[in-house]
Amino acid sequence: MSEVTPRPGDPTITSALVAEHGLTKEEYERLIGMLGRAPTFTELGIVSALWSEHCSYKHSRPVLKTLPTTASYVLQGPGENAGVISIGDGLAVAFKIESHNHPSAVEPYQGAATGVGGILRDVFTMGARPIAMLNSLRFGSLDDSRVRYLFSGVVKGIGDYGNCVGIPTVAGEIVFDSAYENNPLVNAMCVGLMHEEDLIRAKAEGVGNPIMAVGARTGRDGIHGASFASEDLSAASDAKRPRIQVGDPFTEKLLLEASLELIKSGHIVAIQDMGAAGLTSSSAEMAERGDVGVTIDVTKVPTRESGMTPYEVLLSESQERMLVVARKGHEEEVRAILRKWDLTAAVIGEVIAELVYRVTEGERVVAEFPGSRLVTDCPTYSPDAREAPAIRDLRAADASVVPERAEEKDPAWTLEQLLSAPTIASKAWAYRQYDSTVRTNTVMGPGGDAAVLRVRGTNKAIAVKTDGNGRYVYLDPRVGGRIAVAEAARNVACTGARPMAITNCLNFGNPTRPEVFYQFREAVAGMAEACRALGTPVTGGNVSLYNESPSGAVYPTPVIGMVGLIDDLSHITRASFQRDGDTILLLGEMGGELGGSEYLATIHGEVIGAPPRCDVGREKAVIDALLEAIRSGVVSSAHDCSDGGLAVALAECCIGDRDCESGAEIDLSNYSSFSDRAILFGESQGRIVVSSSAPKRVLEIAQRMGVPCAQIGLVHRHSESLEITLPTGSMRSPLSRLSQAYHSTIPTVMARTPEHATFDELAPVAAH
Amino acid sequence: MKFGIVTFPGSNCDYDAFHAITEMLGEDAVYLWHKDHDLQGSDVIILPGGFSYGDYLRPGAIARFSPIMQEVAAHAKAGGPVVGVCNGFQIACEAGLLPGALMRNANLQFVSAEVRVRIEKSDTMFTNLYERGEVLRIPVAHGDGRYVASAEVLDELEAEGRVIFRYADANGTLSADANPNGSERNIAGIISDGGNVLGLMPHPERACSPLLGSNDGVRLFESILSRVAA
Repeated sequence: MSEVTPRPGDPTITSALVAEHGLTKEEYERLIGMLGRAPTFTELGIVSALWSEHCSYKHSRPVLKTLPTTASYVLQGPGENAGVISIGDGLAVAFKIESHNHPSAVEPYQGAATGVGGILRDVFTMGARPIAMLNSLRFGSLDDSRVRYLFSGVVKGIGDYGNCVGIPTVAGEIVFDSAYENNPLVNAMCVGLMHEEDLIRAKAEGVGNPIMAVGARTGRDGIHGASFASEDLSAASDAKRPRIQVGDPFTEKLLLEASLELIKSGHIVAIQDMGAAGLTSSSAEMAERGDVGVTIDVTKVPTRESGMTPYEVLLSESQERMLVVARKGHEEEVRAILRKWDLTAAVIGEVIAELVYRVTEGERVVAEFPGSRLVTDCPTYSPDAREAPAIRDLRAADASVVPERAEEKDPAWTLEQLLSAPTIASKAWAYRQYDSTVRTNTVMGPGGDAAVLRVRGTNKAIAVKTDGNGRYVYLDPRVGGRIAVAEAARNVACTGARPMAITNCLNFGNPTRPEVFYQFREAVAGMAEACRALGTPVTGGNVSLYNESPSGAVYPTPVIGMVGLIDDLSHITRASFQRDGDTILLLGEMGGELGGSEYLATIHGEVIGAPPRCDVGREKAVIDALLEAIRSGVVSSAHDCSDGGLAVALAECCIGDRDCESGAEIDLSNYSSFSDRAILFGESQGRIVVSSSAPKRVLEIAQRMGVPCAQIGLVHRHSESLEITLPTGSMRSPLSRLSQAYHSTIPTVMARTPEHATFDELAPVAAH
Repeated sequence: MKFGIVTFPGSNCDYDAFHAITEMLGEDAVYLWHKDHDLQGSDVIILPGGFSYGDYLRPGAIARFSPIMQEVAAHAKAGGPVVGVCNGFQIACEAGLLPGALMRNANLQFVSAEVRVRIEKSDTMFTNLYERGEVLRIPVAHGDGRYVASAEVLDELEAEGRVIFRYADANGTLSADANPNGSERNIAGIISDGGNVLGLMPHPERACSPLLGSNDGVRLFESILSRVAA
């Protein structure tokens, strides 16, 4: 160990300064115990970042350990920059999802853009070339002009970044609910493709190997971004705007090409993104994984401004930077590759045998921690967990007794209302701003159940989707957790893909509140049950806590990013009805459950009742039956029933694809044990609308696999309406009206002029 | 025949062009590095889409000064075929290989969509395997695709038959709704006065596979083959 001397000019460590760094008294004492002395200011900054919730997972880790993470094809599970699964033929898929909620709440354009940038880097540092981006977004009500500002800023940020780097944005979901009013959720997922042999891990190895900073220079932006993401949002959050990073997708594109070239070249042994907590976390984590020591000289780090202190250099979250462990003697080759792409590379430290994490400023040691304890000594917490009685009461309320509104006499009215609810309505307004076809692999882009990308050089394709219904989790976290996984699996299965593995982004409130921690623990337990039943292990993810604003916590929202594999391109299946005269079948069981539905929320403003049951064994059976039918070549289209229930699913099959509209005639009069509205708008799980020209075969397969299946109607390609006969009534909706409701809602709302336009609102748009 | 595809820093459709040429057409293709001066014996040059130099200053404004562009200009001057797609069209305009300019889309939003493009002229180096009036399905993906030029230049382009692609609806009718970016006179693609430089905003290289939704771009490249080979 060396002598650590405080830098002249550093602030004195006081209890106020410790508190400002987000450390509790106990954590600070633990730090002193580890060092055997008081920390320097630089050391306090390092620990504050690494022990932040965002970096340390201190409240979530024990719970996350209960998730299944293994399968024969999982090449890399949690703990690396991204998870990796084998898809055969020597190829592998790397994928990961991550949140950028807090930055996006304050500065939507840059917050979302840098979220995309960070997750791209997580994937290409594994040696994979990114091939697709997805986004899972949650906003407040679009009636609010600030929400519209956040929505348009986030969409533009996502688009500008991904479009410029040249990675197609192919899928995702967008939900609007006042629960997310002041705390939007912005989760970005990236999927990459690689040869298995190119897999590289972020593990520092080889004493004497040089540590190099490559890519963009380090500036003063984003300092303490990780800590900012680890506290509740408040009125003061706006003042923390300087903690938000600024992205440059052009540099990212160069860094992407340079990094992949570096990995291929064999001149490096490890590479990691300098993401949250920048140089500090990347260097500490690489050392910890490799069980080696490191020493870093901050004066060697290329900076974009002069006079930066070690504290600032270490904690900067400037974007588009990588930390690389090169092979000793290959430094010049590394520099040459970066130079080709007009980027810098500088040796800033070394892998050492002594098990210390040491930071110097020239000769002076400004921070030193024993071994890897900097990472491993972070405390973990298992807070109290207790369900809020108010939620238990909401769940117990009987949804079926909510009186019908007068207009509901005609279910066509209700259906139109639901199709024009922003959560259900077409999101083309957003995804038309995302390049979804660059790299020419996109077989099915945004707007379907899941996106499908071909895998060049094979007869395979992969299907990807994100899903997560916060309202269900709010009402019953265990069931909601199960549904999140099951729905994502069903969505990829509808395209013909076998669900393979998931990444997850767990967006919750403040974990020190027992009711929040209860939601977290239960939702993860539900996810684990579904993952086990469906055979889709978790390969990584991200936890975002403290999603609370003065108006309260967001709905607990676990977002699942699912990857599925299609073995044969001929199995690729679309959601829209394809052929005139096809029989329409409902695979799965009619449940008539209205609790927690979009119908109750949109038509009645009620969030009550138990969310639909989710029997994970039955979900597996439904998916297996569907895939068997698809592989037998008897399925023309398949579409999952979710928000808005069967009626919305049928309408989407008719008018979801504007180039392929069909009418349909449906008979549901057999389901007389349920009310008309429960049949139409209940959101019972495990149901898929299938169309087929060989319905007997579909029924046969379903019966053999023990899955309920019923013929419910016919596709009329040339009919101009959706007609449904019900046990007590009937409805007829002209396609033009359904299409109008579905396709024009969001463009119309977004064309509204803002009620007030402050400089704050306009600045980010004007800046680009 | 050999296609040379220029990679500028920030190009991101170079890969798509390369694969369209080699996999779908079965022709040779090479990547040409922006810092080089060597066209490696390419018969046809493709300036691909993307965000060369991050679109800093203006799309294409910096790329036109890349060393390789001197050779591209010389190739064009000698009558060699050059295809500028999307950012490549912007670069070609900035470099003076084509008249006019591409401005920010009229609605100020990036637009990614499959559009319909009508063939205006079928006796060109790039469209000789299409029928005049035929409507193609081709993706667009750009933020700066609104073609503008002075009225005189536009009239001259029309008079000389150099507007070869226009945005139209599925029936081939020109309308504001079919125009994704507000381009003057629905112009989607033009050729140089020598007829050997093409600039277009839609991406023909993304319309070369039925699996991906459209095969309509293939004949553009085949047209070049048939003309240059003949």
